[in-house]
Amino acid sequence: MLLVIEQILNGLQFGLLLFLLAAGLTLVFGIMDLVNLAHGSLYMMGAYFAATFVAWTGSFVLGIVLALGASLLLGIVLEFVVLRHLYGRDHLDHVLATFGLILFFNEAVRWIWGPAGLALPLPPWLTVPVQIVPGIFYPAYRLAIIVVALAVALLLYVGVMRTRVGMLIRAGASNREMIGALGINIKLLYTLVFGLGAALAGLAGLMQAPILTVQIGMGENILILAFVVIVIGGIGSIRGAFLAAIFVGLIDTLGRAFLPNLLRQVLSGAAASTAAPALSSMLIYLLMAIVLVVRPEGLFPANKR
Amino acid sequence: MKMLFNVRNAVSALLVAGLLLLPLYSQLSGNIFILTLFTRIVILALAAASLNLIMGYGGMMSFGHAAYLGIGGYAVGILAQEGFGSGFLQFPVALAASALFALVIGALSLRTRGVYFIMITLAFAQMAYYVASGLARYGGDDGLTIYKRSDFAGLINLSNRVQFYYLCLACLLGVLFLIWRIVNSRFGLVVQGLRSNEQRMQAIGFPAKRYKLVCFIIAGMMCGLAGALLANNTDFISPSVMYWTRSGDLMVMVILGGMGSLFGPVIGAVVYLLLEELLSQFTEYSGLIMGPLLLLVVLFGRGGIMGTLGRFSRG
Amino acid sequence: MKTATWLAGAAALSLALSLSSPASAGDTIKIGFVSTFSGPTAVIGNDMRNSFELALDHLGRKMGGKPVEVIYEDDGQKPDVGKQKTEKLVQSDKVDFIAGYIWSNVLLASLKTAVDSQTFLISANAGPSQLAGELCSPYVFSTSWQNDQTPAAMALFMNQKGVKSVFLIGPNYAAGKDMLAGVKSTFKGQVVGEEYTVWPTQLDFSAELTKARNSGAESIFVFYPGAAGVQFLNQYAQAGIKDKMPLYTAFTVDELSLPLQKDNAIGVPGAQEWVNDLPNEQNKKFVEDYRKKYTGLRPTYYGAQAYDAAQLINSAVVAVNGDTSKKDAMKAAMEKADFKSLRGAFKYGNNHIPIQNFYLQDVVKGGDGELSLKTVATIVKDDQDRFHDKCPMK
Repeated sequence: MLLVIEQILNGLQFGLLLFLLAAGLTLVFGIMDLVNLAHGSLYMMGAYFAATFVAWTGSFVLGIVLALGASLLLGIVLEFVVLRHLYGRDHLDHVLATFGLILFFNEAVRWIWGPAGLALPLPPWLTVPVQIVPGIFYPAYRLAIIVVALAVALLLYVGVMRTRVGMLIRAGASNREMIGALGINIKLLYTLVFGLGAALAGLAGLMQAPILTVQIGMGENILILAFVVIVIGGIGSIRGAFLAAIFVGLIDTLGRAFLPNLLRQVLSGAAASTAAPALSSMLIYLLMAIVLVVRPEGLFPANKR
Repeated sequence: MKMLFNVRNAVSALLVAGLLLLPLYSQLSGNIFILTLFTRIVILALAAASLNLIMGYGGMMSFGHAAYLGIGGYAVGILAQEGFGSGFLQFPVALAASALFALVIGALSLRTRGVYFIMITLAFAQMAYYVASGLARYGGDDGLTIYKRSDFAGLINLSNRVQFYYLCLACLLGVLFLIWRIVNSRFGLVVQGLRSNEQRMQAIGFPAKRYKLVCFIIAGMMCGLAGALLANNTDFISPSVMYWTRSGDLMVMVILGGMGSLFGPVIGAVVYLLLEELLSQFTEYSGLIMGPLLLLVVLFGRGGIMGTLGRFSRG
Repeated sequence: MKTATWLAGAAALSLALSLSSPASAGDTIKIGFVSTFSGPTAVIGNDMRNSFELALDHLGRKMGGKPVEVIYEDDGQKPDVGKQKTEKLVQSDKVDFIAGYIWSNVLLASLKTAVDSQTFLISANAGPSQLAGELCSPYVFSTSWQNDQTPAAMALFMNQKGVKSVFLIGPNYAAGKDMLAGVKSTFKGQVVGEEYTVWPTQLDFSAELTKARNSGAESIFVFYPGAAGVQFLNQYAQAGIKDKMPLYTAFTVDELSLPLQKDNAIGVPGAQEWVNDLPNEQNKKFVEDYRKKYTGLRPTYYGAQAYDAAQLINSAVVAVNGDTSKKDAMKAAMEKADFKSLRGAFKYGNNHIPIQNFYLQDVVKGGDGELSLKTVATIVKDDQDRFHDKCPMK
């Protein structure tokens, strides 16, 4: 029972990280119609920035804040210099160009920080286990991730639903041309949206860094999951991304935790352990395929025709 | 008008001639490595050509094409592991398995369009990747070593580098010929018409899905052939050959070379892979050059290399 | 742009034709070294490279009178990449020897390429059971061990201590499976559970630790090299079960991970064929010179094994006076293991795997608060791997 609760929390945590990554992706895709494969690179940069700034300043919190600022800046610069030339072009052009960006970022990181990767150690106050329910200890840091991600999600929700800028964003996701026709400064809006997405991706990257890793190419695996999330949730919809991300996170984590035991009834230990993670990953793609066949616009599409 | 064809055709002809004569150069200079390098390039050019059939001519942007490389490769690997070393069994199984996979995912994917089509083909390819990773018996993530290449009972010896190279080249040229025939046939014209304007074609009475599906299956089988050859080339197969970034590599080759042109994918494969190899020899940081290069091609080189060559002759 | 494309194409073609012309055979000894130099486990690859370079320094950068050239390649911890790099070294660079290989899956993928081309391969770490058994080859030598040996030695120690039950956790790849199997081969108590984690991406062991805790076993055994070892020990400490379920390890605590594991590693024993304080001349010199040349760093067993690999290669080259075409003579020379190994003298079994001692290492805190690894006891002497019968070589 304790194991189940722990795993559900882990799944929630993973899902929330996915949401942060997917939120930026879905906005950029929904509003600017831009397929950005380099979103995973922004995730990676967030982690690298954080590791570097935390080491420089010696303060965990200050380092994180600086890293977030750097991610935002990087996103804005990237949009301004490269990506805005891709608007309106074929999706394939986007694929090719952002694929090139992935190569460039991976190599630039290797050039600047070396091939070995970095470590982001946690401050002592985040390493203690917290007793959330009598008998269940959960690492403080993972709780922090859940809390922070939920807070960001709430902020996003309020920002998108209740502010004027948010309204413009929603309108842009619904109908791009109208927004331009209404005289809104589209260029500024686009840059803002992209910067926001980059900051969110960077946040996701730096938050998982102490638990997992800071290394070259770390964005490629999770990027694909982010795409799955936004397709299931509906392109352009933040609410959809949130629900889909939690769902995917839970399936992935619970699958990895409990499938091996189930499979061990029929397979040997090592075989079950090989098949289990593969199966749980397959489940996610199967889910996406089902959604695409049954409801191609996703579960909560922004474009309501 | 004639000038346009001269330059592009000249380049293509030069390329084919170069590929045909390569083993001779390899023998004379004693440089074996260039032969094995170009064997790999030819095989991937085959895969790129098959992708071009559905992407360039058919307008179907499949982001999961590398799955067939894996299916073809694992057909050879698994059969070899289980003791069935005959190429006469392995290759047809590779083709059949690819066809079956293409049929199933094509039937499901072609119900969607645009970016959703891209995503669903990606999903299926990832599923294939995970199935392969989950097979402990066949190595899972560690991959499977193939101890004996496909046996063609004396007809051709795949362990002989030169013979194997010519087999791959023959397959490439054969596939290109097939594509040329398909594209210029009534079937091919319908498929191209579907790419231009599907609604109109359907209004005229062509069952769009069926045509696209057949095209999809043919392309899948061709890529499965490439996969079987690839497994033989490396004496090894692992799930990584199906990972989505490899599908991305194939797409890059097709777009770089020029979509919708016959030799485009071959040029794209040659340039992309050669550049990758050369850059890695001269610098440790090849991506710093490759990345921006791709960007420049997208921004300024419309229609890829073939397209640029076409404009060159016209201007 | 158009002219540029033409020129680029022409340049590419001509450059391609000049691609690595074959090396002139004979005037240098070419050694290829495949290891991991990127990602979190790059520290291991760097340690091996440092040690290999140190060995070459000690040899005067010459073997059999000829200068030595080493080409280092990065496998990125991926089997298919390692295989590709091995191919390049064998076919393009035409190396006389290949050494390195941290990971068993990378080694297994690369084996056929080396053996088919009759290039001598010296594994300085990986020791998959297949290599000691049915896949053994006259061209392959190990300066490390066979994977099962070290955990089997640890299990012998656990028997000595009277441990009655154990919960096994390890990574799901060739070496992980070997390691847990190795424990089972000699452990006399009960194996209560066996869990495999996703390798190398899974660094979160909370699920497995919870299962272990709930299993009722008396102890835990793990095999987690590199960064995973750091993460595991930290999470093990955080789970608060250190007193209830003591931890026994193989290849999880070493000089690279110790600075990061810090106090979490105290009281966590490991088994090893080499520890930094082994009392022979060459080892003292190795450790001293290493610490002098690479300030702030300490060598690990990975490095010691790489150093031995260089010495082994040297013994072969010297025996043929630098004529590397005499492969049978080189093989015979290497089989004698006639060089000063850092672990002390050892012999080769029929499968070219060392027959050697295994020691118990423990983490000790010095007076200055500094942590170091020390040899505590000899667990077993002249241990031979249990797969040598499967090897067809005599």
